[in-house]
Amino acid sequence: MGLTRRNMMLAGTSAFAVATFCGIPVLASAVDEHIADFTGGADAVAGAIELDAPEIAENGNTVPITVSAPGASSIMILAAGNPVPAVATFNFGPMSAARSGSTRIRLAKTQDVIAVAKMEDGSFQTTQATVKVTIGGCGG
Amino acid sequence: MAKGVKPRVKVPKTAAAGDMITIKTLISHKMESGQRKDKDGNKIPRSIINRFTCEFNGQSVIDVTIEPAISTNPYFKFDAVVPETGEFKFTWYDDDGSVYETAKNIAVG
Repeated sequence: MGLTRRNMMLAGTSAFAVATFCGIPVLASAVDEHIADFTGGADAVAGAIELDAPEIAENGNTVPITVSAPGASSIMILAAGNPVPAVATFNFGPMSAARSGSTRIRLAKTQDVIAVAKMEDGSFQTTQATVKVTIGGCGG
Repeated sequence: MAKGVKPRVKVPKTAAAGDMITIKTLISHKMESGQRKDKDGNKIPRSIINRFTCEFNGQSVIDVTIEPAISTNPYFKFDAVVPETGEFKFTWYDDDGSVYETAKNIAVG
């Protein structure tokens, strides 16, 4: 195969992929473990929980996200494609009004962001959103 | 104590009893994740704020466990109910043991 324009493009994109790659990719099982730790093995179902994240994040260093889950006592946020999947856990107290929180997170690459809420009745709800990341957010 | 850490908090000055208010907090902190490497390829050690709490008159509003995936200058926005005049107390806990505190008063009238 000659050095065609198409091959050059392919080589370029894969080099870019390697350059932006940082840390060891987290296996799906690590995410599952975090969820199992949080839920104690109970099933998390879809519900009123909402995760608001941009579809495309230009800068993975600061991705604004909002989670809300009416009736939740705590909400855990995970980033499935980060070197360390845990992001943050919001624990709501008695003076909390809407069970929602906003923050800014780091995403290493395009990936799913997962939110799991523990409800006051002991059940669990989950949702996820895919965020496309143009520039990864873990330095290197 | 990490250098140049400055908490900033936005809380309305007044509210009606039982109102829901929105609180915004920001603290300047580099939040070194422990994943980055310096010029010589050595890992830069982790140095983050690992916990943030907000209390109203001693009762918890929110308690956030923070991991390295939270961005530089951690920002949080959340809602609280204000049944009476009182004080919101905000506390950030640094990895190095430092504790940063600030408080805001709110009047119910």
